[in-house]
Amino acid sequence: MIDIIIGFLATIGVMFIFLAAVGFIRMPDTYLRMCVTTKASTLGSGLILLSAAVFFGENGVISRVIAIILFLFLTVPVGAHLIARVSYFIGVQLWKGTIMDELKGKYDKQSHELHSERELKK
Amino acid sequence: MKSSIFLNNVLLMLMWVILTGDSTFANFTFGFLLSFVILRIITVNREDTKYFRLVPRVIAFILFFIYELVLANLQAAYFVIVSHKNLKPGIVGVPLDAKSDIEITFLTNLVSLTPGTLSIDVSNDRKVLYVYSMHIKDRDQFVKNIKNGFEKRILNITR
Repeated sequence: MIDIIIGFLATIGVMFIFLAAVGFIRMPDTYLRMCVTTKASTLGSGLILLSAAVFFGENGVISRVIAIILFLFLTVPVGAHLIARVSYFIGVQLWKGTIMDELKGKYDKQSHELHSERELKK
Repeated sequence: MKSSIFLNNVLLMLMWVILTGDSTFANFTFGFLLSFVILRIITVNREDTKYFRLVPRVIAFILFFIYELVLANLQAAYFVIVSHKNLKPGIVGVPLDAKSDIEITFLTNLVSLTPGTLSIDVSNDRKVLYVYSMHIKDRDQFVKNIKNGFEKRILNITR
């Protein structure tokens, strides 16, 4: 029974990481790639870590697994946010199928300020 | 008062773990829940009851978040496998009700963690959060989803 759980968790986790890798190649622009890779890999590595916790079943391993998952969930979005912000800032093009861009023209290129309304037009 | 009840709760949990002499993770959780129930029963003061509403909300929030995470991952997986031609990505400005640092940090982190959405930046006056989304069917519906889903639940916990 426990073997089935371990196998199930590890397989699903590896599948998600594999899909993230495929998505990294297939997606057309930076932002879509960020969307696919960073998040799928958090769930994927989380599931693999969980399967490791079930496999060992010791206190030390379980608490460390929980700590690792917690820190992954804390740090990954910060990195993703910074990469996305910088790539928007240096003018990485959005994919041609993008339907709306409400951020356009709201950055002040000199002071790095971001306005909520269209104050820049004055 | 909230924090003192929490400390009591932790203290009772530690007592439970020491007395049972079984320091596994499951026993810690069980001790916490047991002492939570005991504190809930013995507290008569009405002002302290906020804590007892808080803990179920936090647990419900974690479950809700896991559900969203899995759902959004499956959606992202679908687009990776099938095709990205039907995707409708875009950047949407979501008006913020969250005001303090911790609320905004939580919200942006959670939005980034669910696949398909990526928080890009918060405006300097803290009124708008700019979110990049993989697939926007309807702009108003998307904004409503974020506001009623994550933001409302976070504000329920922090306020």
